[in-house]
Amino acid sequence: MVDTKVTLSGWELDNPVIPASGTFGYGKEFAELYDINILGTFSFKGTTVEPRFGNPTPRIAECPAGIINSIGLQNPGMEHVISEELPEMKKYFGKKVIANLGGANIDEYARLAEAFGKEEQVGILEINVSCPNVKDGGMAHGTSCENVYNIVKRLKSVTEKPVYMKLTPNVTDIVSVAKACEDGGADGISLINTMTGMRVDLKSKKPVVANKIAGYSGKGVFPVALRMVYQVYEAVKIPIIGMGGVSCAEDVVEMMLAGASAVGVGTANLINPYASKEIVEALPAVMEKYGINSLKDIIGGAHNG
Amino acid sequence: MERIFPKVTGNAKIAENTYEMRLSGDFSSITAPGQFVNFAVEGCYLRRPISVCDVENGILTVVYKTVGKGTEIMSRIRPGETMDVLSGLGNGYDVGAGGKRPLLIGGGAGVPPMYMLCKALVRAGARPVAVLGFNSRNEVFYEDEFKAAGAETHVTTVDGSYGIKGYVTDVIGKLDYTYFYACGPEAMFKAVEKTVKSDGEYSFEERMGCGFGACMGCSCKTKYGSKRICKDGPVLKRGEIIW
Repeated sequence: MVDTKVTLSGWELDNPVIPASGTFGYGKEFAELYDINILGTFSFKGTTVEPRFGNPTPRIAECPAGIINSIGLQNPGMEHVISEELPEMKKYFGKKVIANLGGANIDEYARLAEAFGKEEQVGILEINVSCPNVKDGGMAHGTSCENVYNIVKRLKSVTEKPVYMKLTPNVTDIVSVAKACEDGGADGISLINTMTGMRVDLKSKKPVVANKIAGYSGKGVFPVALRMVYQVYEAVKIPIIGMGGVSCAEDVVEMMLAGASAVGVGTANLINPYASKEIVEALPAVMEKYGINSLKDIIGGAHNG
Repeated sequence: MERIFPKVTGNAKIAENTYEMRLSGDFSSITAPGQFVNFAVEGCYLRRPISVCDVENGILTVVYKTVGKGTEIMSRIRPGETMDVLSGLGNGYDVGAGGKRPLLIGGGAGVPPMYMLCKALVRAGARPVAVLGFNSRNEVFYEDEFKAAGAETHVTTVDGSYGIKGYVTDVIGKLDYTYFYACGPEAMFKAVEKTVKSDGEYSFEERMGCGFGACMGCSCKTKYGSKRICKDGPVLKRGEIIW
């Protein structure tokens, strides 16, 4: 029997597979298809203080090895999520969940962290300082070491829950941003969010997505995400949830060898709603194939020697 | 929703840039006309959502236009091949709302879902009237099928090369009906909305990510809050739409 268990800030997960925020809603659509309790956990749809409709449509365009999206953090808002979605989620998900939170400014981040920090169902606060599709906040925070430092510091003063900073790859030096998070007191790092990209329609000769520029995700970003996880692992001591284009159990193992303690599965869920389930189920066989007894033992393994 | 792997039994061109594909499998997840299926297409990252034209005796029929790379690839699929399909997506039309004389309005690629709806309405005891709009003679399809299904059928072409010259709205204005169902381009919807005199429902199209409600890629605003075209739609009631 291989051991798929991993630990994030003292929280033991049955396996490292975590559907990534924005690709799994609040879990309900997937719980209709399979028992989502087989997952390590999942990160729910990025939630803001006020409800948001998001950006105009079209919001999605296809790319050769992925998609670009410009949803713009559509969500029903903090109060609704706490009063409606979390109790509903309890019916189909018995584990703790990762709360993905997006603020327009540091005060909003603090309000969100304070509110979700009180929720017993929440295991980790994943702070979205990396959304490329919103005007206020989002990626603007995550591209500045000073901003991420100040945000973490503030959040750590309002909540006891582990704070993981979800970072954008759209920076010159991902390592310095990750270090600033650690210096500010972050308990972990999630990376990567989407890379900015765009498509132009040859018939209309206009950008396909209404917002023109969008976030690229899917298989194509995997090597970039892997590289960033590898670099950040060398620079920080806090755990990393690695994500970006992960589509199969082999990708999970590769991401962990690069330095991830757990692994997000994102866009793959949208193409195949059973993707995360299939990855969880395929993991033991892949581990056996590569002579891995315990996943905990391979974290950062690619750095040895 | 269900993920299934049905076998293609036919894929033939039936009009200009228009193909009819038949697949054999268990389509019990399709419970209402107006729902859609989402095809994985070799060489494309995203699936291709296509409306259900008919389901009978374990055979799914879809009629699609080749409008881009995905549907071009689909048009070359041969009988015997297996498809990866998410089946039974979306809400579908409310057959019970149609009354004695429901009006079916289909424009171009919006015609196919009207066919299954037509059959369901006839089975429910209604006498539907169908108005099918196309650009030109070579794009016309399914006129005989609607007639055989029991609908009084009118065909319009914009250039007048077949049927009545003009738009679906040129015919609708002269008809009596109890309720309407429409599927087609949004420009047609806007003209229909100015013409129709009854309650009804519209089926919308939008670029989708997942097709089952997870990604929020196809959201729209309605009078009763935001809805996902793929999950809460594609059919919206006339009274909830913000034009």
